[in-house]
Amino acid sequence: MKEQQPPLEEPPVVENPDGLRTEEYFVNMGPQHPSTHGVLQLVLTINGETIVNIEPHIGYIHRSIEKMCERDTYRQIVHLTDRMDYLSCHMNNEAVCLAVEKALEVEVPERAKVVRTILSELTRLASHQLWWGVMGMDLGAITTFLYGFRDREMINDIFEETCGARLTMNYIAPGGLMYDIHPNFQRRTKAFVEHFKKKLPEYDRLLSDNIIFRKRTEGIGILSKEDAIAFGVTGPTARASGFSCDVRKKQPYSAYDRVDFEEILLEAGDSFARYKARILEMWESLKIIEQLIDNIPEGEHQVKTRQVIKLPKGEFYQRVETARGEFGVYIISDGKKSPYRLKFRSPGFSNLFVLNHLAKGAKIADLVAIMSTLDLVMPDIDR
Amino acid sequence: MIEKIKQRFPDIEHLPARSEEHPEGSEFHQFVVPADQLRDLALFLRDEPDLAFDYLFCLTGVDWPTEGYLEAVYHLESTRQGRQVVLRARTANREESAHLPTVSDIWPAANPHEREVYDLLGIIFDGHPDLRRLLLTDDWVGHPLRKDYEDPVNMIEL
Amino acid sequence: MRAAWSFARQQLFENALPMIESIEYWLHTHFSPAWAGFLGWVLVGAVYLGIFAILGLVLVYVERKVAAFFQLRLGPMRVGPWGTTQTIADAIKLLLKEPVTPDKADRFLYNLAPFFVVTATLMALALTPFGKHLQAFDIDIGLFFLLAVSSVGVVGILLAGWASDNKYSLIGAMRSGAQIVSYELSVGLSLVTMLLLTESLQLSEIIESQQAGWWIFRGHVPAFVAFVLFVIAGTAETNRGPFDLPEAESELTAGFHTEYSGLKFAFFFLAEFVNMFMIAVVASTVFLGGWMPFHLGDWAAFNAVMDFIPGPLWFLGKVVFIMFLMMWFKWTFPRLRIDQLLTLEWKYLLPLNLANLVLMAFVVLMKWHL
Repeated sequence: MKEQQPPLEEPPVVENPDGLRTEEYFVNMGPQHPSTHGVLQLVLTINGETIVNIEPHIGYIHRSIEKMCERDTYRQIVHLTDRMDYLSCHMNNEAVCLAVEKALEVEVPERAKVVRTILSELTRLASHQLWWGVMGMDLGAITTFLYGFRDREMINDIFEETCGARLTMNYIAPGGLMYDIHPNFQRRTKAFVEHFKKKLPEYDRLLSDNIIFRKRTEGIGILSKEDAIAFGVTGPTARASGFSCDVRKKQPYSAYDRVDFEEILLEAGDSFARYKARILEMWESLKIIEQLIDNIPEGEHQVKTRQVIKLPKGEFYQRVETARGEFGVYIISDGKKSPYRLKFRSPGFSNLFVLNHLAKGAKIADLVAIMSTLDLVMPDIDR
Repeated sequence: MIEKIKQRFPDIEHLPARSEEHPEGSEFHQFVVPADQLRDLALFLRDEPDLAFDYLFCLTGVDWPTEGYLEAVYHLESTRQGRQVVLRARTANREESAHLPTVSDIWPAANPHEREVYDLLGIIFDGHPDLRRLLLTDDWVGHPLRKDYEDPVNMIEL
Repeated sequence: MRAAWSFARQQLFENALPMIESIEYWLHTHFSPAWAGFLGWVLVGAVYLGIFAILGLVLVYVERKVAAFFQLRLGPMRVGPWGTTQTIADAIKLLLKEPVTPDKADRFLYNLAPFFVVTATLMALALTPFGKHLQAFDIDIGLFFLLAVSSVGVVGILLAGWASDNKYSLIGAMRSGAQIVSYELSVGLSLVTMLLLTESLQLSEIIESQQAGWWIFRGHVPAFVAFVLFVIAGTAETNRGPFDLPEAESELTAGFHTEYSGLKFAFFFLAEFVNMFMIAVVASTVFLGGWMPFHLGDWAAFNAVMDFIPGPLWFLGKVVFIMFLMMWFKWTFPRLRIDQLLTLEWKYLLPLNLANLVLMAFVVLMKWHL
């Protein structure tokens, strides 16, 4: 059992400017808590309602995936990746597959590249929809949770038809796709895009124009650009502070070099900016899907690779933009069928530990607003 | 860039990026840094205006039992110049007191990463403000990511 | 059949006085005066406890259905036809739950707290004017008594938070205490604004005075402003809707009733719903005319049709409308933070209320109301 570390000394006594002596006290949030998304324990030191210090305790869902990767073959490793950030399943799979293909120096057929991009963008939409629903729910507008899930259901149905599963898809394999797409895929995706384009302005207005919501997110948890770079924060969280870190633009992979989309950069860096950044990213994802869905090239869906893949000796690093930020796969290979060392650079890990910096001096209710805009998924952090 | 670094730190080993002559290299330029020069190099890389490596995007720990040391690999990127570089720092031995200086005050991103490396591999970072186990329970014995870690209860041999 | 129906209608809905008098007569002829009085009150108490229970059941079901329809789903559908007996199943579940008491909780206060809340609610419920003469307790300081008694509920909440020996509960209870005490002012002031029109605190007289038309129409601008302020402050009084920070489930697990389970939790839960009912009752009595039907001036035909619908049905319709408003708020808006909540009251609602009071005084003085 995790014991409280360090052992709790006497709560510090604070001398307030008006002469009153107050004591700070420790409150434990989690690991089972409705608004820490996943099993996260936060030990808060609070003075009244103001937070003085936050200490995250993680590791409740640590499954030693990196150790397992030293024993599994590369095809098996792909199956482990979608258990990490389960909301960006296709993107995680794509990261490992791209690393393996880079090492083997195989060229993935065009059809596979385009379909991979479409799937990644659909996953990004699904992930942002869940984030939006949960953000509303954390702040009290419980209805948004159900609206978000309804649209996610449509995406999951598309995935179920093509990939065979709703959550852990494993459809992207080294060499291309595991099998060809379902004939209905194009039609259903187009129908979904049309449906969602009508719904997204509605969802946006529901929260963005609501004065209660704005009062609770504007000016809360401001992250400056220098801090974002220094703390290694990536994804929409960092782009809302002005840090241009979109891997799809910096080092394009799959079909991202031939689609036209914008990188969402905002200046304010507060919770409302992070919220707006994700909503605008959803629009960009829709744009990307629209450009690609009609032009899926014919051809093979995968390149034949060996059943048991052996990478040449060396080190390989592949970066991918998931819904949460930059996901990195670092493989040190010594020529065998399992990597010597495989490290997953997960975006949530760096994003979580900026929480202490952001939430000092905020109230407990603000902490919930900040955490839901950071969009953390614990299995991604703990691996 | 490489010349600049080599000029300032002449005895640091440079591993060039992958090319015809070096098929086993990584895609980035790498520098093998002795532990005592790590902090100086880190500060130089961050503060020098045309190097400006301000973004530490990956900190990995690797165990080399055959070579007899533990290694920490730092992936750095410069957001202004758009370049990446990799630093490798090796400890003296694999005993319980494998030490490396910390870079968490230079790049705050390193703070949780170093805790994780300490937790799973056992490299002790001197000067880290709060070096505790991160992912495992506080009373865990051993460092699981090491190659010679034995755990008959939790590890299944295929 | 028709005769029986019209007899029942006449007795129960239009003028219940003969029926009540006949019951009293029966009691007095069979028992000594002291016993008759006592039994009369026991009968009234039993009826109102029944109303409390049935209200609770029905309101929980309505809330779940309304919430479901807002969220594009159906709500309870399995237990009973269209899910109607869902709440009975919930009640049975709550009764069968193991009452877990925290180890270090202050035993006496912990057990006492739910009773405070329920008693305050029941005392307020006794004044509900269901129809002409269908009111259990019609004292001449009716409105004042209602406000005073419903304020006692906050003591129960504070006790619950303190006695639970849980930091979350304490934070929730403190927030709730601050919130309720602040919004009492707005509630009281909006009612005082209307008192300038009604000139009486007695609930039945307030309703009688609206024979010519509901006060919200006759008092036009200041009455409408008072109505809006009352609904907002009333929602905050009952810890509902966008003001439910004390029970903010996503922040403090369950706020002041975290440590309660089983029957005691059921008390808090039911009391919250019946409190919401009471706010709606006061709103419909003072602003919307209680059981008075909606008359349009001298349009006799229209008025006759409106009169055909019995008084209690009008009353319930108005109460349901206001409760629907309150439920609509809850399922649409995010929550306000505690300091934003208090800012809203002290910096916006209270000055607005005071200004409105002055305006209403002016209107009454100049006889500009209808």
